[in-house]
Amino acid sequence: MIATGLLAELPALPLHTAGKYVAAAYIVLFAMVLVYLAIISVRMSRTERELGELLERLDGDQPATPRQADREPGAER
Amino acid sequence: MASRPYGKGLRALSITTVAAMTAALALVFFYAPLEAEQGFLQKIFYVHVPLAIVSLCGFVLGGLLAIQHLRTRDSRWDMRSYVAIHMALIFGLATLITGSIWAKGSWGHWWVWNEPTLVSFLIVFLLYATYQPLRFAIEDPERQSRYASVFAVTAGAFVPLNFIAVRMSTSFLHPRTLSSTSNLPGSMGFTFLVSVVAIALLYATLCKYELTVKHTRAQVRALRRRLVAEDSPARGRSAAPSGLPEEEPRPAPGPDGLAPGGQRFGSAPGTAA
Repeated sequence: MIATGLLAELPALPLHTAGKYVAAAYIVLFAMVLVYLAIISVRMSRTERELGELLERLDGDQPATPRQADREPGAER
Repeated sequence: MASRPYGKGLRALSITTVAAMTAALALVFFYAPLEAEQGFLQKIFYVHVPLAIVSLCGFVLGGLLAIQHLRTRDSRWDMRSYVAIHMALIFGLATLITGSIWAKGSWGHWWVWNEPTLVSFLIVFLLYATYQPLRFAIEDPERQSRYASVFAVTAGAFVPLNFIAVRMSTSFLHPRTLSSTSNLPGSMGFTFLVSVVAIALLYATLCKYELTVKHTRAQVRALRRRLVAEDSPARGRSAAPSGLPEEEPRPAPGPDGLAPGGQRFGSAPGTAA
Protein backbone atom coordinates (compact mmCIF):
# COMPACT_ATOMS: atom_id res chain seq x y z
CA MET A 1 0.00 0.00 0.00
CA ILE A 2 2.74 2.42 1.07
CA ALA A 3 4.90 1.43 -1.89
CA THR A 4 1.99 1.92 -4.29
CA GLY A 5 1.31 5.34 -2.81
CA LEU A 6 4.95 6.30 -3.07
CA LEU A 7 5.15 5.16 -6.69
CA ALA A 8 2.04 7.18 -7.51
CA GLU A 9 3.70 10.28 -6.07
CA LEU A 10 6.93 9.85 -8.05
CA PRO A 11 7.32 11.74 -11.33
CA ALA A 12 6.54 9.79 -14.47
CA LEU A 13 9.56 8.79 -16.52
CA PRO A 14 9.51 9.58 -20.24
CA LEU A 15 10.12 6.01 -21.27
CA HIS A 16 8.50 6.39 -24.68
CA THR A 17 11.41 8.32 -26.27
CA ALA A 18 14.84 7.00 -25.26
CA GLY A 19 13.55 4.51 -22.72
CA LYS A 20 14.69 1.41 -24.57
CA TYR A 21 18.31 2.61 -24.76
CA VAL A 22 18.44 3.63 -21.11
CA ALA A 23 16.78 0.39 -20.05
CA ALA A 24 19.23 -1.62 -22.19
CA ALA A 25 22.27 0.13 -20.65
CA TYR A 26 21.14 -0.52 -17.07
CA ILE A 27 20.01 -4.07 -17.85
CA VAL A 28 23.47 -4.81 -19.31
CA LEU A 29 25.13 -3.75 -16.06
CA PHE A 30 22.78 -5.74 -13.84
CA ALA A 31 22.86 -8.78 -16.13
CA MET A 32 26.67 -8.79 -15.99
CA VAL A 33 26.65 -8.55 -12.20
CA LEU A 34 24.08 -11.35 -11.98
CA VAL A 35 26.06 -13.61 -14.33
CA TYR A 36 29.20 -12.91 -12.35
CA LEU A 37 27.49 -13.72 -9.05
CA ALA A 38 26.10 -16.94 -10.57
CA ILE A 39 29.62 -17.97 -11.63
CA ILE A 40 30.94 -17.18 -8.16
CA SER A 41 28.18 -19.20 -6.51
CA VAL A 42 28.89 -22.20 -8.78
CA ARG A 43 32.58 -21.99 -7.82
CA MET A 44 31.70 -21.73 -4.14
CA SER A 45 29.40 -24.77 -4.30
CA ARG A 46 32.16 -26.73 -6.05
CA THR A 47 34.60 -25.77 -3.31
CA GLU A 48 32.04 -26.72 -0.67
CA ARG A 49 31.60 -30.14 -2.32
CA GLU A 50 35.37 -30.68 -2.44
CA LEU A 51 35.63 -29.75 1.22
CA GLY A 52 32.82 -32.21 2.05
CA GLU A 53 34.66 -34.98 0.17
CA LEU A 54 37.83 -34.22 2.10
CA LEU A 55 35.99 -34.29 5.41
CA GLU A 56 34.37 -37.62 4.49
CA ARG A 57 37.75 -38.99 3.52
CA LEU A 58 39.26 -37.74 6.76
CA ASP A 59 36.48 -39.39 8.76
CA GLY A 60 37.01 -42.68 6.86
CA ASP A 61 40.81 -42.70 7.33
CA GLN A 62 40.74 -41.68 10.98
CA PRO A 63 41.73 -44.59 13.24
CA ALA A 64 39.27 -45.12 16.08
CA THR A 65 40.47 -43.34 19.21
CA PRO A 66 40.01 -45.09 22.58
CA ARG A 67 37.12 -42.76 23.38
CA GLN A 68 35.40 -43.63 20.07
CA ALA A 69 36.13 -47.35 20.55
CA ASP A 70 34.48 -47.19 23.95
CA ARG A 71 31.33 -45.92 22.31
CA GLU A 72 31.18 -48.76 19.79
CA PRO A 73 28.53 -51.47 20.40
CA GLY A 74 29.97 -54.41 22.28
CA ALA A 75 32.83 -52.43 23.74
CA GLU A 76 30.74 -50.97 26.52
CA ARG A 77 30.85 -53.94 28.84
CA MET B 1 50.55 -20.59 9.46
CA ALA B 2 46.97 -19.36 9.26
CA SER B 3 46.44 -16.90 6.44
CA ARG B 4 44.40 -13.75 6.75
CA PRO B 5 40.81 -14.37 5.65
CA TYR B 6 39.71 -12.36 2.63
CA GLY B 7 36.04 -12.75 3.52
CA LYS B 8 36.27 -10.50 6.57
CA GLY B 9 33.87 -7.58 6.26
CA LEU B 10 32.34 -8.95 3.07
CA ARG B 11 28.79 -8.88 4.42
CA ALA B 12 29.03 -5.23 5.52
CA LEU B 13 30.60 -4.26 2.20
CA SER B 14 27.88 -6.09 0.25
CA ILE B 15 25.10 -4.38 2.21
CA THR B 16 26.74 -0.97 1.72
CA THR B 17 27.07 -1.63 -2.00
CA VAL B 18 23.41 -2.62 -2.38
CA ALA B 19 22.37 0.50 -0.43
CA ALA B 20 24.63 2.75 -2.53
CA MET B 21 23.40 1.23 -5.80
CA THR B 22 19.78 1.67 -4.73
CA ALA B 23 20.43 5.29 -3.71
CA ALA B 24 22.23 5.96 -7.01
CA LEU B 25 19.37 4.51 -9.06
CA ALA B 26 16.79 6.48 -7.09
CA LEU B 27 18.77 9.70 -7.61
CA VAL B 28 19.32 9.01 -11.31
CA PHE B 29 15.68 8.37 -12.12
CA PHE B 30 13.79 10.50 -9.59
CA TYR B 31 16.09 13.35 -8.55
CA ALA B 32 18.48 14.35 -11.33
CA PRO B 33 16.80 16.67 -13.85
CA LEU B 34 16.50 15.82 -17.51
CA GLU B 35 19.31 17.21 -19.59
CA ALA B 36 18.27 19.92 -22.07
CA GLU B 37 19.80 18.42 -25.24
CA GLN B 38 19.64 14.66 -24.82
CA GLY B 39 16.71 14.41 -22.44
CA PHE B 40 16.10 11.02 -20.86
CA LEU B 41 18.87 9.38 -22.91
CA GLN B 42 21.46 11.26 -20.83
CA LYS B 43 20.62 8.95 -17.87
CA ILE B 44 23.07 6.47 -19.43
CA PHE B 45 25.80 8.94 -18.46
CA TYR B 46 25.33 7.98 -14.78
CA VAL B 47 26.23 4.36 -15.45
CA HIS B 48 28.59 4.63 -18.43
CA VAL B 49 31.02 7.26 -17.11
CA PRO B 50 31.37 5.80 -13.58
CA LEU B 51 32.00 2.37 -15.14
CA ALA B 52 34.75 3.87 -17.33
CA ILE B 53 36.35 5.74 -14.41
CA VAL B 54 36.29 2.72 -12.10
CA SER B 55 37.57 0.46 -14.86
CA LEU B 56 40.55 2.72 -15.64
CA CYS B 57 41.29 3.15 -11.92
CA GLY B 58 41.14 -0.64 -11.58
CA PHE B 59 43.79 -1.04 -14.28
CA VAL B 60 46.04 1.47 -12.50
CA LEU B 61 45.36 -0.26 -9.17
CA GLY B 62 46.41 -3.56 -10.75
CA GLY B 63 49.71 -1.93 -11.72
CA LEU B 64 50.29 -0.55 -8.22
CA LEU B 65 49.59 -3.96 -6.67
CA ALA B 66 51.95 -5.52 -9.20
CA ILE B 67 54.70 -3.10 -8.09
CA GLN B 68 54.12 -4.33 -4.56
CA HIS B 69 54.42 -7.91 -5.82
CA LEU B 70 57.69 -7.20 -7.61
CA ARG B 71 59.05 -5.50 -4.48
CA THR B 72 58.07 -8.17 -1.97
CA ARG B 73 57.80 -11.34 -4.13
CA ASP B 74 54.72 -12.15 -2.08
CA SER B 75 52.23 -13.97 -4.31
CA ARG B 76 49.28 -12.46 -2.43
CA TRP B 77 50.01 -9.15 -4.21
CA ASP B 78 50.04 -10.98 -7.52
CA MET B 79 46.64 -12.44 -6.70
CA ARG B 80 45.29 -8.98 -5.81
CA SER B 81 46.75 -7.47 -8.97
CA TYR B 82 45.24 -10.28 -11.05
CA VAL B 83 41.78 -9.83 -9.50
CA ALA B 84 41.93 -6.01 -9.83
CA ILE B 85 42.74 -6.29 -13.55
CA HIS B 86 40.27 -9.11 -14.14
CA MET B 87 37.45 -7.10 -12.59
CA ALA B 88 38.50 -3.89 -14.36
CA LEU B 89 38.33 -5.81 -17.64
CA ILE B 90 34.74 -6.87 -16.89
CA PHE B 91 33.86 -3.26 -16.01
CA GLY B 92 35.62 -2.16 -19.19
CA LEU B 93 33.44 -4.50 -21.23
CA ALA B 94 30.35 -3.04 -19.53
CA THR B 95 31.67 0.46 -20.36
CA LEU B 96 32.04 -0.41 -24.04
CA ILE B 97 28.57 -1.95 -24.24
CA THR B 98 26.81 0.91 -22.41
CA GLY B 99 28.82 3.41 -24.47
CA SER B 100 27.73 1.75 -27.69
CA ILE B 101 24.10 1.84 -26.59
CA TRP B 102 24.44 5.54 -25.75
CA ALA B 103 26.16 6.24 -29.07
CA LYS B 104 23.38 4.48 -30.96
CA GLY B 105 20.70 6.47 -29.15
CA SER B 106 22.55 9.76 -29.38
CA TRP B 107 24.48 9.68 -32.66
CA GLY B 108 22.64 6.92 -34.50
CA HIS B 109 25.75 4.70 -34.72
CA TRP B 110 26.93 1.90 -32.45
CA TRP B 111 30.54 2.98 -32.82
CA VAL B 112 32.31 6.12 -34.04
CA TRP B 113 35.92 5.57 -35.12
CA ASN B 114 36.93 9.24 -35.28
CA GLU B 115 36.20 9.85 -31.61
CA PRO B 116 39.49 9.62 -29.63
CA THR B 117 37.87 8.81 -26.26
CA LEU B 118 36.10 5.74 -27.60
CA VAL B 119 39.04 4.45 -29.60
CA SER B 120 41.57 5.05 -26.82
CA PHE B 121 39.38 3.19 -24.34
CA LEU B 122 39.09 0.33 -26.81
CA ILE B 123 42.90 0.27 -27.16
CA VAL B 124 43.32 0.10 -23.36
CA PHE B 125 40.69 -2.63 -23.18
CA LEU B 126 42.35 -4.69 -25.93
CA LEU B 127 45.74 -4.19 -24.29
CA TYR B 128 44.43 -5.65 -21.05
CA ALA B 129 42.57 -8.38 -22.91
CA THR B 130 46.01 -9.87 -23.58
CA TYR B 131 46.78 -10.11 -19.86
CA GLN B 132 45.05 -13.44 -19.28
CA PRO B 133 46.42 -15.14 -22.43
CA LEU B 134 49.90 -13.91 -21.39
CA ARG B 135 49.53 -15.55 -18.00
CA PHE B 136 48.11 -18.73 -19.52
CA ALA B 137 51.03 -18.96 -21.96
CA ILE B 138 53.56 -19.26 -19.13
CA GLU B 139 53.49 -22.55 -17.29
CA ASP B 140 55.97 -21.87 -14.50
CA PRO B 141 53.95 -20.07 -11.76
CA GLU B 142 56.93 -18.01 -10.60
CA ARG B 143 57.72 -16.70 -14.07
CA GLN B 144 54.03 -16.28 -14.80
CA SER B 145 53.49 -13.99 -11.82
CA ARG B 146 56.70 -12.01 -12.47
CA TYR B 147 55.99 -11.42 -16.18
CA ALA B 148 52.35 -10.60 -15.45
CA SER B 149 53.42 -8.04 -12.85
CA VAL B 150 55.81 -6.38 -15.31
CA PHE B 151 52.98 -6.26 -17.85
CA ALA B 152 50.57 -4.82 -15.26
CA VAL B 153 53.04 -2.07 -14.27
CA THR B 154 53.81 -1.09 -17.86
CA ALA B 155 50.20 -1.13 -19.00
CA GLY B 156 49.11 0.60 -15.79
CA ALA B 157 51.47 3.48 -16.58
CA PHE B 158 50.03 3.63 -20.09
CA VAL B 159 46.48 4.23 -18.80
CA PRO B 160 46.95 7.77 -17.34
CA LEU B 161 49.23 8.74 -20.26
CA ASN B 162 46.51 7.65 -22.64
CA PHE B 163 43.92 9.59 -20.64
CA ILE B 164 46.02 12.77 -20.74
CA ALA B 165 46.70 12.37 -24.46
CA VAL B 166 43.00 12.11 -25.19
CA ARG B 167 42.30 15.16 -23.02
CA MET B 168 44.86 17.12 -25.00
CA SER B 169 43.29 16.13 -28.29
CA THR B 170 41.08 18.66 -30.01
CA SER B 171 37.84 16.76 -30.34
CA PHE B 172 34.85 18.23 -28.56
CA LEU B 173 32.40 15.62 -29.75
CA HIS B 174 32.61 13.46 -26.63
CA PRO B 175 31.14 15.05 -23.48
CA ARG B 176 33.72 16.04 -20.85
CA THR B 177 32.79 15.33 -17.26
CA LEU B 178 35.78 15.70 -14.96
CA SER B 179 37.22 19.05 -15.85
CA SER B 180 37.32 22.48 -14.29
CA THR B 181 34.98 23.70 -17.03
CA SER B 182 32.37 21.12 -16.23
CA ASN B 183 28.93 22.67 -16.38
CA LEU B 184 26.99 20.00 -14.53
CA PRO B 185 24.31 21.51 -12.31
CA GLY B 186 24.51 20.70 -8.58
CA SER B 187 21.83 17.99 -8.59
CA MET B 188 23.38 16.27 -11.61
CA GLY B 189 26.86 16.52 -10.12
CA PHE B 190 25.69 15.05 -6.81
CA THR B 191 23.91 12.18 -8.60
CA PHE B 192 27.02 11.56 -10.66
CA LEU B 193 29.23 11.43 -7.55
CA VAL B 194 26.87 8.99 -5.80
CA SER B 195 26.90 6.83 -8.95
CA VAL B 196 30.71 6.82 -9.01
CA VAL B 197 30.81 5.80 -5.34
CA ALA B 198 28.20 3.06 -5.94
CA ILE B 199 30.09 1.62 -8.93
CA ALA B 200 33.39 1.82 -7.03
CA LEU B 201 31.80 -0.06 -4.13
CA LEU B 202 30.47 -2.64 -6.56
CA TYR B 203 33.99 -3.07 -7.94
CA ALA B 204 35.46 -3.45 -4.44
CA THR B 205 32.78 -5.94 -3.41
CA LEU B 206 33.18 -8.12 -6.48
CA CYS B 207 36.97 -8.04 -6.08
CA LYS B 208 36.59 -9.14 -2.49
CA TYR B 209 34.21 -11.95 -3.51
CA GLU B 210 36.68 -13.12 -6.15
CA LEU B 211 39.60 -12.99 -3.72
CA THR B 212 37.62 -14.89 -1.09
CA VAL B 213 36.60 -17.62 -3.53
CA LYS B 214 40.11 -17.98 -4.94
CA HIS B 215 41.69 -18.04 -1.51
CA THR B 216 39.18 -20.61 -0.22
CA ARG B 217 39.78 -22.84 -3.26
CA ALA B 218 43.52 -22.58 -2.76
CA GLN B 219 43.12 -23.54 0.88
CA VAL B 220 40.96 -26.56 -0.01
CA ARG B 221 43.51 -27.58 -2.64
CA ALA B 222 46.32 -27.29 -0.10
CA LEU B 223 44.29 -29.34 2.37
CA ARG B 224 43.69 -32.02 -0.24
CA ARG B 225 47.42 -32.16 -0.99
CA ARG B 226 48.19 -32.65 2.67
CA LEU B 227 45.52 -35.27 3.27
CA VAL B 228 45.45 -37.30 0.08
CA ALA B 229 48.65 -36.33 -1.65
CA GLU B 230 49.05 -39.65 -3.48
CA ASP B 231 45.77 -39.47 -5.48
CA SER B 232 45.54 -35.71 -5.77
CA PRO B 233 45.91 -34.55 -9.38
CA ALA B 234 48.53 -31.89 -10.03
CA ARG B 235 47.23 -28.37 -10.67
CA GLY B 236 46.81 -27.90 -14.39
CA ARG B 237 47.94 -24.87 -16.33
CA SER B 238 45.98 -21.82 -15.28
CA ALA B 239 46.03 -18.08 -15.84
CA ALA B 240 45.03 -17.47 -12.24
CA PRO B 241 47.65 -17.26 -9.48
CA SER B 242 47.89 -20.31 -7.22
CA GLY B 243 46.82 -18.36 -4.16
CA LEU B 244 48.50 -19.57 -0.99
CA PRO B 245 51.85 -17.85 -0.52
CA GLU B 246 52.79 -19.49 2.74
CA GLU B 247 52.64 -22.96 1.29
CA GLU B 248 56.12 -24.38 0.85
CA PRO B 249 56.88 -26.38 -2.26
CA ARG B 250 56.78 -30.09 -1.55
CA PRO B 251 59.65 -32.27 -2.78
CA ALA B 252 58.87 -34.89 -5.36
CA PRO B 253 58.33 -38.40 -3.95
CA GLY B 254 60.92 -41.03 -4.62
CA PRO B 255 60.18 -44.35 -6.34
CA ASP B 256 59.19 -45.88 -3.00
CA GLY B 257 56.66 -43.13 -2.40
CA LEU B 258 58.79 -41.58 0.33
CA ALA B 259 59.95 -38.02 0.61
CA PRO B 260 63.75 -37.45 0.58
CA GLY B 261 63.76 -37.43 4.38
CA GLY B 262 62.22 -40.90 4.48
CA GLN B 263 58.88 -39.44 5.47
CA ARG B 264 55.79 -40.75 3.74
CA PHE B 265 53.79 -38.16 1.85
CA GLY B 266 50.70 -36.99 3.64
CA SER B 267 52.01 -38.13 7.01
CA ALA B 268 53.06 -35.92 9.85
CA PRO B 269 56.77 -35.62 10.70
CA GLY B 270 57.93 -38.49 12.85
CA THR B 271 55.23 -40.87 11.63
CA ALA B 272 57.10 -42.29 8.61
CA ALA B 273 56.83 -46.01 8.21
